[in-house]
Amino acid sequence: MAGTAVRGRLTWQVATVASVIRETDSVVTIGLEVPGWPGHRAGQHLDVRLTAEDGYRAERSYSIATSDGEPVAITVERLDDGEVSPYLTDELRPGDQLEVRGPIGRWFVWDASDAGPLLLAAGGSGVVPLRSILRHRQRIGSTVPARLLYSSRTLADVIYHGELDQYGDGAQAIYTLTRRQPPGWTGYSGRVDAAMLAEVAWPAGQHPLAFVCGPNSFVETVAGQLVTLGYPAGRVKTERFGGT
Amino acid sequence: MATLDGNAIGGLLLEVFGTDMTDAAATCATCGAVRPLAETAVYLRGPGTVVRCRTCAGLLMVISRIRGVSCVDLTGLSALG
Repeated sequence: MAGTAVRGRLTWQVATVASVIRETDSVVTIGLEVPGWPGHRAGQHLDVRLTAEDGYRAERSYSIATSDGEPVAITVERLDDGEVSPYLTDELRPGDQLEVRGPIGRWFVWDASDAGPLLLAAGGSGVVPLRSILRHRQRIGSTVPARLLYSSRTLADVIYHGELDQYGDGAQAIYTLTRRQPPGWTGYSGRVDAAMLAEVAWPAGQHPLAFVCGPNSFVETVAGQLVTLGYPAGRVKTERFGGT
Repeated sequence: MATLDGNAIGGLLLEVFGTDMTDAAATCATCGAVRPLAETAVYLRGPGTVVRCRTCAGLLMVISRIRGVSCVDLTGLSALG
């Protein structure tokens, strides 16, 4: 109920679009001004609610793309048959307003106090919360080694490509392209499989912490293979997304 | 329909329980598996939100909202916390 928000409870509030950055043909990053934003942890998400003129409402969850201390932003991929994402990716302009609530999530989050090298595995736009982790790692000057294994259909579908290649300082981005590879491509080709993970993943003896985010099939494959490689299930944190 | 996981209903769980529940350990009353709610299988498109065990597919939780009131069925959980 409006005006009766309990402290600590999650309430919808109006956010103003500050910026819209096109990342790929189907993906945009939307910067949001959220009054009184309490800050967030790397890997958390927020909910967006749209209300149509006839009162019909649709809610969706989007991962936060930035580090705590940076302006809040979400990165959204257009699903052609989606109810919400085509509006966000194609229609939204700076100055527009959205209802949001968040930050949300205590499981799929990384804190600097978490020991062990980081293995980040992304399928498509599953890279968004992992980018938040990489940004947070850099922002706080963490020296925890990090590897990102990022599966995309084509090179043009890679989100944040320039940024991911620039981290250096113990953070490495490794790509695999599943559908088409450009001439001279030196990264991996094809879907992530056991052999690829065995090459890329930190040995289990180093007590790594893994974050896996992508479509259901990607997450099931990668998480299952990591457990086969000796990662304890509790050290493999997963987040699945899909059109709803 | 894509299967999601408990992360996707973090907001709904927070609304219902008043605290973030994604890292709460859920014990399946059917098979005894214990996993964080974030890692359960979630179906959003049913009549209500359906949460199932990822080990045995047993029903853990159903949340339905009727005229602004949330109804929460936890009979498939033997422990939560």
